[in-house]
Amino acid sequence: MTVMKYLADVVTLELDTEKCTGCGMCVVVCPHKVFEIENRKAKIVDRDSCMECGACAMNCEFGAISVESGVGCAAGVIIGAIRGTEPTCGCDSSSGSGCCG
Amino acid sequence: MSDLTTPNSALVHNGFEIPRTASELTFADTLGSWKARWGIGRMNYVVAPGLYASGEPTSHSPVFVSANYKMSFDRLRSSLKGRNGWILVLDTKGINVWCAAGKGTFGTSELVNRIRITKLHEVVDHRMLIVPQLGAVGVSAHIVKKLSGFRVKFGPVRAKDIPAFLDAGLSAMPEMREVRFPLMDRLVLAPMEIVGGAKYILIAIIVFFLLSGIGKFGFSTDEMMHSGISSAVNLLVIYLTAAILGPVLLPWLPGRAFSLKGFWIGLAVGILIIFSSRIVNVNTAGWALIAMSSASFMVMNFTGSSTFTSLSGVRREMKVAVPLQIIGEVLGFGLWIAGRFM
Ligand code: SF4
Ligand code: SF4
Repeated sequence: MTVMKYLADVVTLELDTEKCTGCGMCVVVCPHKVFEIENRKAKIVDRDSCMECGACAMNCEFGAISVESGVGCAAGVIIGAIRGTEPTCGCDSSSGSGCCG
Repeated sequence: MSDLTTPNSALVHNGFEIPRTASELTFADTLGSWKARWGIGRMNYVVAPGLYASGEPTSHSPVFVSANYKMSFDRLRSSLKGRNGWILVLDTKGINVWCAAGKGTFGTSELVNRIRITKLHEVVDHRMLIVPQLGAVGVSAHIVKKLSGFRVKFGPVRAKDIPAFLDAGLSAMPEMREVRFPLMDRLVLAPMEIVGGAKYILIAIIVFFLLSGIGKFGFSTDEMMHSGISSAVNLLVIYLTAAILGPVLLPWLPGRAFSLKGFWIGLAVGILIIFSSRIVNVNTAGWALIAMSSASFMVMNFTGSSTFTSLSGVRREMKVAVPLQIIGEVLGFGLWIAGRFM
């Protein structure tokens, strides 16, 4: 099956190659193969597959990655807009949103 | 909390009494997960946080970290069948690993706390934890190491790959690290989609039903029954088609934006409604507009269930799609009402 891709050129992922030590942790944790290690440095090879989950930034010990993480959930954006908060995906059954299947 | 643990078989180890899990899933477990998929009693689907034994673990056996959502726990314990290990269940308020990690409940501080509460240091003499890869969204391996002394090893995304991961000496093949969204995964979400919006569709049906009675000759019960039923059918067809075909056809619907993918489904349903009534008039045109904007909205909401949509992307598509959906709904509803008086 081909890998489905979401919108192009939209994610907030940034990599600071200066700080990167090539430890490879980002390659391990990313669920969408966004990074590869090349010449002992991380490299973003598939930016558009990034879902902004934040796992890479959370686990880069050297602070080389930044990403505005959040759940890509339309219902969450709506709930957030109504409540005036950050987008929150209703991860409990009461909201009925299926985002936590 | 039914037969999660085999009765009277708690494991006594280093002076601790630790409940042992059954690695065989029972009929009640299977029924339970089916009910949870349909949103029945989903909130009660929890496991008590703490440490569990699988098989006959010793001080050297691996420690697996899980959420206290019963389905996450069940998948883990059944994938550990025939192996000895410890399962450390975090308190994620009954939410699965990925979602809980996003919220931070499956996170660094809960993990460090749970290690302390269960005295894991005294139960095992190694210092390594196997955390599901999707937990990395909330668990920072280097901080856990700093705070607890335990090294975090991220395991495969899917629990079923754990045996292969263990046999390969704790290494995951690249495909075990990738999240995909295959047909089966999308299909099991359809029930949640259907149940999730059920109350809105019910309200819509009632409103349309009552308004169906209104016409140029005032209110008529006959007309309400007649045209109300056909309105209800239209609404249900739109709803069910979007809830089921949206997830199923996702990869093949043209466009990357989910709202656009949904629009195509709505267009097809709209054409179907026009064809089945064999007439293009304000009424059927109104229905086509309602179908297009509703299906677009519903599939757009499926971004929350998908495993590859980013928040920035969702925001971008909503900026364009939501105003169009609102215009479509208002216009469609207006035409339908106008049709009552023609
Ligand atoms: S985790 Fe950070 S330091 Fe390690 S390879 Fe990735 S970017 Fe570089
Ligand atoms: S935010 Fe998530 S999907 Fe994006 S690069 Fe990092 S780990 Fe991969």
